Amino acid sequence: MSSAGKRPSQLTRNLSAKIASIPMMLTALVIFVGGTAWTVFYSFTNSRLLPRLNFVGFNQYERLWAAPRWNVAVENLAIYGVLMLIFSLLIGFVLAALMDQKIRFEDTFRTIFLYPFALSFIVTGLVWQWLLNPDFGVQAVVRSLGWTSFTFDPLYDQRIVIYGILIAALWQGTGLVMCLMLAGLRGIDEDIWKAARVDGIPTWRTYVQIIIPMMRPVFITTLVIIAASIVKVYDLVVAQTSGGPGISSEVPAKYVYDYMFHAQNLGQGFAASTMMLLSVIIIVIPWAYLEFGGRKHA
Amino acid sequence: MRYRILVAAFAAATTCGYAGVASATDLEVTHWWTSGGEAAAVKELAKAFDATGNKWVDGAIAGSGGTARPIMISRITGGDPMGATQFNHGRQAEELVQAGLMRDFTDLAAKEKWTEIVRPKSLLDSCTIDGKIYCVPVNIHSWQWLWLSNKAFETAGVPVPKNWDEFVAAAPKLEEKGIIPLALGGQAWQSSGAFDVMLAALGGKDLFLKVYQDKDAEVAAGPEMAKIFKAADDARKMAKNSNVQDWNQATNLVITDKAGGQIMGDWAQGEFQIAGKVAGKDYTCLPGLGVTEMIATGGDAFYFPVQKDAAKTAAQEVLATTLLDPKTQVAFNLKKGSLPVRGDVDLNAANDCMKKGLDILAKGNVIPWTDQLLSQDSQKQKEDLMSEFFSNPNLSVEDAQKRFAEIIASAD
Repeated sequence: MSSAGKRPSQLTRNLSAKIASIPMMLTALVIFVGGTAWTVFYSFTNSRLLPRLNFVGFNQYERLWAAPRWNVAVENLAIYGVLMLIFSLLIGFVLAALMDQKIRFEDTFRTIFLYPFALSFIVTGLVWQWLLNPDFGVQAVVRSLGWTSFTFDPLYDQRIVIYGILIAALWQGTGLVMCLMLAGLRGIDEDIWKAARVDGIPTWRTYVQIIIPMMRPVFITTLVIIAASIVKVYDLVVAQTSGGPGISSEVPAKYVYDYMFHAQNLGQGFAASTMMLLSVIIIVIPWAYLEFGGRKHA
Repeated sequence: MRYRILVAAFAAATTCGYAGVASATDLEVTHWWTSGGEAAAVKELAKAFDATGNKWVDGAIAGSGGTARPIMISRITGGDPMGATQFNHGRQAEELVQAGLMRDFTDLAAKEKWTEIVRPKSLLDSCTIDGKIYCVPVNIHSWQWLWLSNKAFETAGVPVPKNWDEFVAAAPKLEEKGIIPLALGGQAWQSSGAFDVMLAALGGKDLFLKVYQDKDAEVAAGPEMAKIFKAADDARKMAKNSNVQDWNQATNLVITDKAGGQIMGDWAQGEFQIAGKVAGKDYTCLPGLGVTEMIATGGDAFYFPVQKDAAKTAAQEVLATTLLDPKTQVAFNLKKGSLPVRGDVDLNAANDCMKKGLDILAKGNVIPWTDQLLSQDSQKQKEDLMSEFFSNPNLSVEDAQKRFAEIIASAD
């Protein structure tokens, strides 16, 4: 009796907190996990406008990977993803490091850099659609200054259109990365800088070999935020090019939407979204294992 | 299974209320007619319906059909059906009908002799599934038009072409003067539609039906289709400088004489009218690209989701009758720029291009359109291919045809 009273079982510990989180747990289980399972399940059927239980095996997946548009979309996402990850981290970190030099008007600069993040992707996309339009935007301005042969129309050239989208995404997203990095830099103890200076280590080496390793948790958080925004990129493409010219700036999320709702082919859309989920899992699981699994053993 | 039960429940509710007398009932009607001319046309329908003592509750959904249809469908499948809704007649609502979510109008159609008044017959055929009639066609829109700017050809010093071949031959002259020969918007449905028009006009009715109705993959891969792809190749070269997205921006290039011509449906006519251009003087319209005078009978129709409320069920019938009324047909179609679905109405106010269309219709040179022949899924695959073909000069004609034949082979 007394021992039970002193050491409550694992289940009843923090009981009120556990009860309070039941609604969220149910939501997660039913809506996220349940919805995901339902989607994967129906991706093996030939459902068209309405879900139907008529199994066709892997037919939807075969058709998906045979579709040129899906392959273009995957390739675009790969290019966009890798470059977005590298450049937003790089530019974000450099901006944050510059801000950290105790400059004047830091608040003003921070606001300027973070401001684009307050805009939705749709607005960002429209702004950059105008800026990159050869008749109104950058090209027109440079030409009016005298360089009449200057050509810069990424959104109308199918070989480089994805970079036009990348520019807009970087403009929108690096401000947030900068803020996160800045918070990380501010979290570094001033004494570390002093110690490095006393030892005569050059500033750049202090950043690369001391500060960045110490900022590991901030980098991980930033990575997750950027990666999530990469996989779900959709609205930016819709606003800037709607997948064009032709199908050269398609992305997987747009394929899912178009085939589910425009083509009235749920099975095909579900197969595509399952592939997106699979790719996320392939990236996330090894990383989560390394990050959280490894720590327990240490 | 679930839907069966729903249907049974709805059917019971429907029969109970069948004897209900028509009184003032609010009926929500959803559609995607939001541009200036379209909204004016819808007002005519609303006015006619309100005159019957009921009330038209307008449920316009902005954006094109592609945006509006998913919203409409999710409302119907989600158990919150509107009183009536627009679809393009054909196969867009096929599954909703099969699931028993749409109301069967066979009895009313028999009573009012729809089969006799609706012309051409194919319109009602595409409302018919398993021998029952599920929708009311309200207009005919045809895609097969080539719109030409007379001034652009004058500038280039060549006579205004009378057919597709002359148009292709005149293209280099136009380009010399800095005029884009063919205006083509970047959206997928436009290149896909233009291709289908070339197939119907240059290949003829038989080829068109063999490919899209019989889904004959051998014909689609054959030499006759190769000619169509050759023409499409000409078209994409002529259109390579038209950096616009929307169809009306492309039409505007023709209106302002910056482009020679555009392949677009008869709805483009509204744009010319608003700009104050006169058919024959400022612009020329060539039905069937001037080669095969033939128009397709796509268009809009109203579907009526099954209702629980007896009063609404009765009002649906009143609306169906109103839509086919001769007066409503004339008022609506004049504003919309489309052709009426019945042959016995008077359309003196129609302009030259519309009259050409009416003539062809009277001769019976009509074909069903892709909305009626292909599922939305196959349509989308075709759109993907065509938008790639028209924007990517590296995609060869042979490869494109091979992929087209594959789509046709698996089409339904």
